[in-house]
Amino acid sequence: MSLNREQIAQRVAKELADGYYVNLGIGIPTLVANYVPEGIEVMLQSENGLLGMGPYPTEDELDADMINAGKETVTAAKGAAIFNSADSFAMIRGGHVDLTVLGAFEVDQHGNIASWMIPKKLIKGMGGAMDLVAGAKNIIVTMTHASKHGDSKLLEECSLPLTGVNCVKKIVTDLAVLEVKDGAFHLLERAPGVSVDEIISKTAGKLIVEGDVPEMSFD
Amino acid sequence: MSGFDKVVTSYADAMAGLKDGDTIIAGGFGLCGIPEGLIAEIKRMGTTDLTLVSNNCGVDDFGLGVLLQDKQIKKIIASYVGENALFEKQLLDGELEVELTPQGTLAEKMRAGGAGIPAFYTATGYGTPVAEGKEVKEFDGRPYILEESVTGEFAIVKAWKADRYGNLVFRHTAMNFNPMAATAGKITVAEVEEIVEPGELEPSQIHTPGIYVNRVIKGNFEKRIERVTTRKA
Repeated sequence: MSLNREQIAQRVAKELADGYYVNLGIGIPTLVANYVPEGIEVMLQSENGLLGMGPYPTEDELDADMINAGKETVTAAKGAAIFNSADSFAMIRGGHVDLTVLGAFEVDQHGNIASWMIPKKLIKGMGGAMDLVAGAKNIIVTMTHASKHGDSKLLEECSLPLTGVNCVKKIVTDLAVLEVKDGAFHLLERAPGVSVDEIISKTAGKLIVEGDVPEMSFD
Repeated sequence: MSGFDKVVTSYADAMAGLKDGDTIIAGGFGLCGIPEGLIAEIKRMGTTDLTLVSNNCGVDDFGLGVLLQDKQIKKIIASYVGENALFEKQLLDGELEVELTPQGTLAEKMRAGGAGIPAFYTATGYGTPVAEGKEVKEFDGRPYILEESVTGEFAIVKAWKADRYGNLVFRHTAMNFNPMAATAGKITVAEVEEIVEPGELEPSQIHTPGIYVNRVIKGNFEKRIERVTTRKA
């Protein structure tokens, strides 16, 4: 069985470590915040200028001056800091954010990522994604392994305009966990019940499979 | 106005001198922390051929989006746009020019512009369409692109509190691009929720020193929320 959105988020959450500053993108990455493992403290960075993002407000707490980078109303967690956009991107670009999790259209075997622009469709802009992939120490991409037409999103070379180059370290898809290094995808884990053959058939880029590939476990 | 007193009492005075073809640097993130009354005044003035530098371009009927209604904007430099239908139409019709810029690069362009730094190198955007036509230089084996800073004839910002000298304090994430925008205008106008007397703001808590601010006006804010998200109490 391929993983659903919640399970992808749950698997990404296992990559979190105590004391991490983390920036979560829109979509599946946002769900990662719901699965922070017991006994681990992380602080969420929102690039509009908030370090220590809390949950959504209650109706009573609702405040137009308190939003996240997705323009949703949020709260500040205990010990949060608020700052301007230049400071926010100084901590991102300067490599102070431990982990960035974001979605993508395509990733290639060199760790290049395309996530913001499909030519001839409406282009809304890259927001903070290019700064995040250029600056974070560790970048994990979440996406489906193949499009709904069955086209692989793990390519030899990205076909869409890039968001950043040589930056993606790990990918969690609905089928597998893969590491990107030395110009290839390395299969680390497979989704429960998904065969290595299926993953091979849906990976267009160079894929290294070594030994028995363990199934992911969910507690 | 006398001495360091920057307070004006009409929007006409606040935006006096704005002319066709000017560049305006605007603070705000989506609809959060935007100078609502100053934007309304620019619409009333009918100034055209404007270049806007702002993270976003509002929505159809609020924020900078209202300046699209009478085609006042020639060009916008932003990181994320298209939350409105009019924007899309004018872009596709070739009536509007858009220069998409990574959010951190945009913030730094304003910061550098206000700080007298004409350009800076950043790794952001290297190897992407953003890098096209820009100088590339390696430092410690990593390639960076040269980005030029921005300044404008006007900067319009929204703050929580100001004193009469133009010292500004922002509230929560309504700060966003406002402090950088405030430094990058030849004339910087701050629309604020409350004006206090000099000395009432704690000097070490001021976000934007008054030297950057030319005019201060007290506004009435709707503070529209783009996406209301709540949890159960």
